[in-house]
Amino acid sequence: MTARTRKRLYQTVGACFTAAAFLSVYTPIAVILALSVNDSLKAYAWEGFTLRWYADLFATDVMHDPIMNTLLVAILATLIATVLGTFFAIGIHALDKTRRTRMMVLNNVPVVNPEIVTGISLLIVFSLLGFTLGFHTVLIAHVFFGVPYVVLSVMPRLKKLDPNLYEAALDLGCTRFSAVLRAIVPNVATGILAGALMAFTMSIDDFVITYFTSGSEYMNVSTWLYAAIGRSRSFTPAAYAYNAIIFLFTIAAIIFINSRKEKKEREVRR
Amino acid sequence: MAKTLITLSGIEKSFDGVKVLSDFNLSIDENEFITLLGPSGCGKTTCLRIIGGFETPDAGTVAIDGRIVNDLEPNQRQINTCFQRYALFPHLDVFENVAFGLRIRKVEKAEIVRRVEETLRLVKLEGYGPRAVSTLSGGQQQRVAIARAIVNRPKVLLLDEPLGALDLKLRQEMQYELKEMQRTLGITFVYVTHDQEEALTMSDKIVVMNQGRILQVGTPEDVYNEPKNRFVANFIGESNIFEGVMREDYLVSFCGREFKCVDRGFAADEPVDVVIRPEDFDFVPPSKAKIVGVVDSLVFRGVHYEINVIVEGREYTIHTTKTRSIGDRVGLAVDPSLIHVMKRDVHA
Repeated sequence: MTARTRKRLYQTVGACFTAAAFLSVYTPIAVILALSVNDSLKAYAWEGFTLRWYADLFATDVMHDPIMNTLLVAILATLIATVLGTFFAIGIHALDKTRRTRMMVLNNVPVVNPEIVTGISLLIVFSLLGFTLGFHTVLIAHVFFGVPYVVLSVMPRLKKLDPNLYEAALDLGCTRFSAVLRAIVPNVATGILAGALMAFTMSIDDFVITYFTSGSEYMNVSTWLYAAIGRSRSFTPAAYAYNAIIFLFTIAAIIFINSRKEKKEREVRR
Repeated sequence: MAKTLITLSGIEKSFDGVKVLSDFNLSIDENEFITLLGPSGCGKTTCLRIIGGFETPDAGTVAIDGRIVNDLEPNQRQINTCFQRYALFPHLDVFENVAFGLRIRKVEKAEIVRRVEETLRLVKLEGYGPRAVSTLSGGQQQRVAIARAIVNRPKVLLLDEPLGALDLKLRQEMQYELKEMQRTLGITFVYVTHDQEEALTMSDKIVVMNQGRILQVGTPEDVYNEPKNRFVANFIGESNIFEGVMREDYLVSFCGREFKCVDRGFAADEPVDVVIRPEDFDFVPPSKAKIVGVVDSLVFRGVHYEINVIVEGREYTIHTTKTRSIGDRVGLAVDPSLIHVMKRDVHA
């Protein structure tokens, strides 16, 4: 085999792998997008284009409650987890090196822990405490798994700061708490924002932990979908529309973030 | 007699069981430019941080204006600090960085504008207010850091190696400016550095430190001309240090010869260290000299030549404006008043 044919072979194999990878990731998304505008209740037949499933989404009945639950939990959990996670990160960062490393290990356990373990252990804790499962337990659970992500995204920002920033603020008359707020928080804002986005995405996305901590009455979109597929009569293609919207939001967010990053890099280069 | 402003008495401080400061006593006068000088790790920064309130001493007291401040937070002390890497707030522009302390103290808005602009003028950064700090050069950032501290009109300004990151030319310029500022503002400057030249140039008083102890306190002339021991002599300026014996008052013996000197008060035949600065040697004709050697190396250093002369196997360093050639036989003489005798260093 000549070097040239070998090179061409490698290129073809590479292209095939690339195509296979993209297909396996994007085919299901493309199917959902198609089904969300399919004027049929059946998933296997195309019966024309419609946007009524999108309209259905916002109608009072079908999915209104699960969507509102999902958004409410996601927003509240993100807010709480972001505040807690930011302060945790600042506190952990202020420790000496050995203790900081230990705290980060503790912080990372929930991140790598299988969700099903987290879900079941939270369920056990809640029932031991005698909590009624529902909105509150789901919210606590979502805060619980959101915090480590905020810590993880704030920490690298803190490491980049001038180590004396906090002391400089104290030196200029700040109390300890206001020094944190005035000198540190504004300078790790990008990390806080990234952490908040991550916590929000994790919350919107979550099925397993919500499933174990929500009880029988309370549902978010994912547990509702799971239940609806189980009893197929109540299933509606509005679920496809919901997924499509989430997907489009995600794509938009990624494009937005990347374009900002590129702009910043261009500015730095200049 | 100047008024004492800061008194450190019996300060002890350890980190993880390692003693950083032990039995540290120092008093700092009002309007004084005092420099803590020593090699890295000698405890000078820790001492500064204790004065600023960022570290608490394990034992001993810190008094400012006669009041013990051990339990006061940094924000309750009338002291401001210039940090080593400036620690400017990256999210604020130059004006807001300087205004930071005034805003915290809730000074009136018009007054803030007036004082910030006046201070920016003082550090020669007029018109830089709206600039982002990241766009400034190292020297300019340094000035912002100073402005941010002095705008609050502190009694004491602590400076932790503030010129360490600047290049030589800029550093020399800033040395004069800092000294000038200290004179005009009438603020006590406590300055930390490991650069002996910087210390000699700017200070009213130098505190030479090593391993958490004060070795000598004195004016720049004192510590240069009358170093108390081998370490100080070596650390400040270059030195030829000889082991010798004090025969009697005004007579010292070293290198197998006896020399007249101006020191007295030692026991008879007490072992001593003898310091002769490289610039204090004179060349004389070998026939008339007590010390005769051969030029071993010669380096041109701009203002002077640095010449190494080997005398009986021992190297002497000499700074002189006269030149000699390598291999020349030379005689060396030194004036009795320039021979400095010190007690033998117990630590060395």
